[in-house]
Formats: sequence, structure tokens, C-alpha cells
Amino acid sequence: MLQTVVQKILARASGKSHVDVGDVLEPRVDLAMSHENAALVMNQFLEIYEGTGLEAKIWDPSKIAIIFDHRVPAESKKTATNQKKIREFVAEQGIAKFHDIRGDEMGICHQILPEYGYVRPGYVVVGTDSHTTSHGALGAFSFGIGATEMASVWTLGAILNIEVPATIKVVVNGKFQRHVAPKDLILYLIGQLTAEGANFKVIEYHGDTIRNMDTSGRLTICNMSVEAGATSGIVPSDEETVRYLREVAGVKDEINLVVPDSDASYVQVIDIDVTSLVPQIACPHTVDNVKPVNEVVGLKIDQVVIGSCTNGRLDDLEIAASMLKGKKVAKGTRMLVFPASGKIYREAMVKGYLYDLMEAGAVIANPGCGPCLGVHQGALGDGERALSTTNRNFKGRMGNPVSEVYLCSPAVAAASALTGVITNPNNGSK
Amino acid sequence: MAKVIYKLEDDISTDIIYPGRYMATVLPTETPQYAFADIADLNKMLNDKQVPQNSVIIAGKNFGCGSSREQACSTLKGYELIIVARNFARIFLQNSINLGLQTIVCPDVEASVGDDMEISGNKLINKTTGKSFDIIPLPQARQAIIDAGGLIPYTRKRLMEKTGK
Repeated sequence: MLQTVVQKILARASGKSHVDVGDVLEPRVDLAMSHENAALVMNQFLEIYEGTGLEAKIWDPSKIAIIFDHRVPAESKKTATNQKKIREFVAEQGIAKFHDIRGDEMGICHQILPEYGYVRPGYVVVGTDSHTTSHGALGAFSFGIGATEMASVWTLGAILNIEVPATIKVVVNGKFQRHVAPKDLILYLIGQLTAEGANFKVIEYHGDTIRNMDTSGRLTICNMSVEAGATSGIVPSDEETVRYLREVAGVKDEINLVVPDSDASYVQVIDIDVTSLVPQIACPHTVDNVKPVNEVVGLKIDQVVIGSCTNGRLDDLEIAASMLKGKKVAKGTRMLVFPASGKIYREAMVKGYLYDLMEAGAVIANPGCGPCLGVHQGALGDGERALSTTNRNFKGRMGNPVSEVYLCSPAVAAASALTGVITNPNNGSK
Repeated sequence: MAKVIYKLEDDISTDIIYPGRYMATVLPTETPQYAFADIADLNKMLNDKQVPQNSVIIAGKNFGCGSSREQACSTLKGYELIIVARNFARIFLQNSINLGLQTIVCPDVEASVGDDMEISGNKLINKTTGKSFDIIPLPQARQAIIDAGGLIPYTRKRLMEKTGK
């Protein structure tokens, strides 16, 4: 009766000792996250209670997190009014894990959750955002759901009628070469799996490279697992998970690790050796259109974006700052930097990264999703091309259907900002 | 069912179905106007109310990939469209079940704009060409939600059971 991590997590959350792939369960939810789309969740939640004669109360407000990140500060009266309504609802329902537009509290939901210790190994986490897969980095089973499904979770505290997903095991070994990063690994894997290769499945990450990777890198990998269609990505929790939760998130209480049985059954096993991996890039307009950067070097770039839940953490900003320090962003190229959270913004300020980046010509924007999904800042003009450390390059993604988005690591983005064209940081610098 | 009104390629993302810039609009009553906003002729056809209920859009693989935004389902539900695709991305498919948007998984479908389509049991029949194609049934676990008329009535029923009302 051998089980993957997700089987173990779902068994516990369903009060069972063992579950099989395909079993239909109603697991209890440990954390339920929404951002501005809580406005729609609220609407659906109130509709559930309509005509019942019951007072609409969230099943357990301590398990709800609401974080403003998609349109901060509000770009329109519509958003501002939605945010106002959510604030009122949060106060009414007594939701404490609420992150408004304010100092260290603010940030992208997928950065706030780990940073504040809201996610623990073994948790079932759901979020009304497809990149909720991120939190598998801490050993949780974490996946995206729609607003109506979230309204149902708010009501009952469980996910209704889900099937236990099959798991793909990805084993990563070897040492990254200079300027090759977890982002290159996940882009490469998505290229191999294709955009639907892991649809309805979980990707469980193993191997020395993953064990030696810090939580920031694991977040990048789990974050983008959804781009291969995966329900979730997950790194079985280990010493690094404990280190992150203690040192970064300040967690004091007990942390229980959950690991898979050594002979658990997987639907597919993929081995990757990163030693020979070169910088990768996802070309328009699908995330699985992945090539080695060298195949597209020289393409002119109008806008470079460094940030997002994928690559807006301190180590990402450090890489960019170290490459741009004392140099200048190419004329004719705009460089936008969006730290993933208020804490990261402040630390990057203290360490001088933001100074170096701004001195080089970058614009430092406030923490948030920024231009990633084309709703707030940094939209592209007709025919323009962006190079971005974000996670999606779908047609129209950055606010304009007649523009192009290429996806890469912070090192490739920074090297290209200096030249104004797509550049492999390893070319000519060995 | 009715006629095929449009054909789409593979990997149609939620950014194509419902662009991010309209995401501040959340209510199902208000989202339909932005359906396929960046595909001008399709958006116009829908907004001009030229499309009868149960009209069919044929798509390729991985329809609805990307964001979890439920507007991508409510915008199509507003026109009572039927989406036939080779397969759907997970969150989109689940949102469709939850909201009652009709989705049909049909890996081998062949149809052109204007063809008359009909469902018969587990077959999708193209009445114009006379060909029929296997439909892959939705996950069994989800049937209870569909039978209840969507996740809102289903959850309401469960809530009433739980509170003993």
C-alpha cells in the first residue's frame, strides 16, 4: 500500500489511512486563498446561502487568506470598489490573514503565503489562482480552483468530489552551470512535457538538484508546473523546508514533514541531468515553445520585466542587480522591476539592489503582479516585444494581442536589458 | 444542438477567452460582452446576438489553459454555447461543470463552420457530413454536481444536510 506525497496528504485530509489514484474524496482544506477575485467568491458564497434562512458565515475564518496583488494600488474605480467591498467582508467575517496595500504586509499572494508561514508541509491548500501550485514548494498539496469552487470551500471547508490524481515523478540531478537556474530547469521540463503533458496529474520533484535547491528555487519550479497542465507541483518536505519556515517565515510551532513511500507508484518517471542544461527561453505564444536562448539571440527587446510570483524574490533581484551594477540598460529598452513582496522590496532596498538597478536605468514598481497578466501596469504597444521572468506568454497576456512575450530567467533578462536584444549571459563571458 | 459557429486552434488560453484587462468585471451577468474580446469577428457575432443558444464552438486540445479566472466560463455560459474540444485544461473543465457550461471532450471531432451537430449517447454526430465521433465522458465524480444543476445548488444541498434543515 505505497503512496505518493499527495496520496498521503489526501488520505490524512479525508480521514483515511490509504487512498488510491482515482478515488473520489472530499478532503478538508487547511488554507483557502483568494486575491481580488474574492469579489466574485463573495458573490457566489452569498448565492449559496440565498433562501436557506442561514447566516452566511465562513466555515473557519482562520483558514482563509485574502491578498490584494493583481491591481495594486487600484487602477480604476471598479477595482477600488471591489477592494473596498472585500475589506468590509473581511472585517465582517473576521478574516485575520488579510494582506492589504501596506508596507511589509503587501505582496503577491504566492509570496505572502510562504513568507508568513501560512503553508505547512502536508497541508491541502486551494487558491483562486492557477499558480497556487507554487506552495508545493513547501510540501503541501496546493492547487488552483475557480471562484464558485472557493465559495463552496468557504461554506463547507472541504473540496467536494475530487479524484486522487496520478503523479509524475521528475528526478533532477547534476549541478547548474553559471547563469543557469531553476527557471531554466522548469522551462526545459515544460518544453519536454508540453502544455498539456501533466494535465490532471501532479508532478513530484526528486533528486540531488532539488534537495540542494533553496525554497525560492522550488517555488519557481512548483509555480510553473501548472504550465505543463499539472494540478500541482510538489517537493517532498525536508530540512530546507524546515529551515525556510523557521528562518524566513518565523514559524515557531511544530512542523511535520510528509514524504512519499520509497516505492510509491508513478504514472511516469522523467530523469533530468542539469549539468548540461543551457539557458532556456519560452517563445510566443505558448509556454511549451521552449528553446535554448542561443536559438533566438539578437531579437530586439522593447521591455524587460523582472518580477512576479515566479521570479520576483530577493535572489532574483540580486542576480539582476549584480549584472547591471555600474552599467546601463540599453537605450530604447524599458526595464521594469516588480519585487514580489513588501519585505523583499525593503530588503532589496537595504542591500542596495534597487539602487543599483535604478542607477542602471530600471523602473522600480511597487510589489504586485504588475504587467504579468496585462491588467495593471506595463502593457505593451502594438508590435512590441517583451522579455520577462514571469510565467505566461499567451497571446495578449501583457495586455496587447499584437505583441510578443518571451519568458526567461533573471540572468537572461538582465543580460538582455544591457544589450537591448535577447542575450545569452554565457556567450563571450567564459 | 445547433450549428458550428466558429473553429479555434489548440491551446486557447483563458487570456484569449476572457482577456485579463476585463478581470475587474466579475459578475456573470456582465462578463459575456467580453467573450473572445481579441477575436474581433467572434466577439461581434456573439455581442450582435446572432448566435442561438446551444451553438457550437469547435476547439483543439488544451482548451481553457492558463488562469483559473471563472469569467472565462461565465462569459461563454452567458450565450449558452457548447464547447467541443479534443481536451480541456483541468481548472477550466471544473469551472464549466460548476457553472453548468456545456463542454464536450471529443478527441477526433471533424467539423466545419456551418455543420449541424447532434449528441446521441456517447457519440457526437456531424449531421452535415454523416460522420460520428466518440465522446469521452466527464469524470464520474463530477456527475453529482452536474445532476444538481451546478456547484451552487449542490453546495446549498450539502449545507442544508449538514445543518439538519
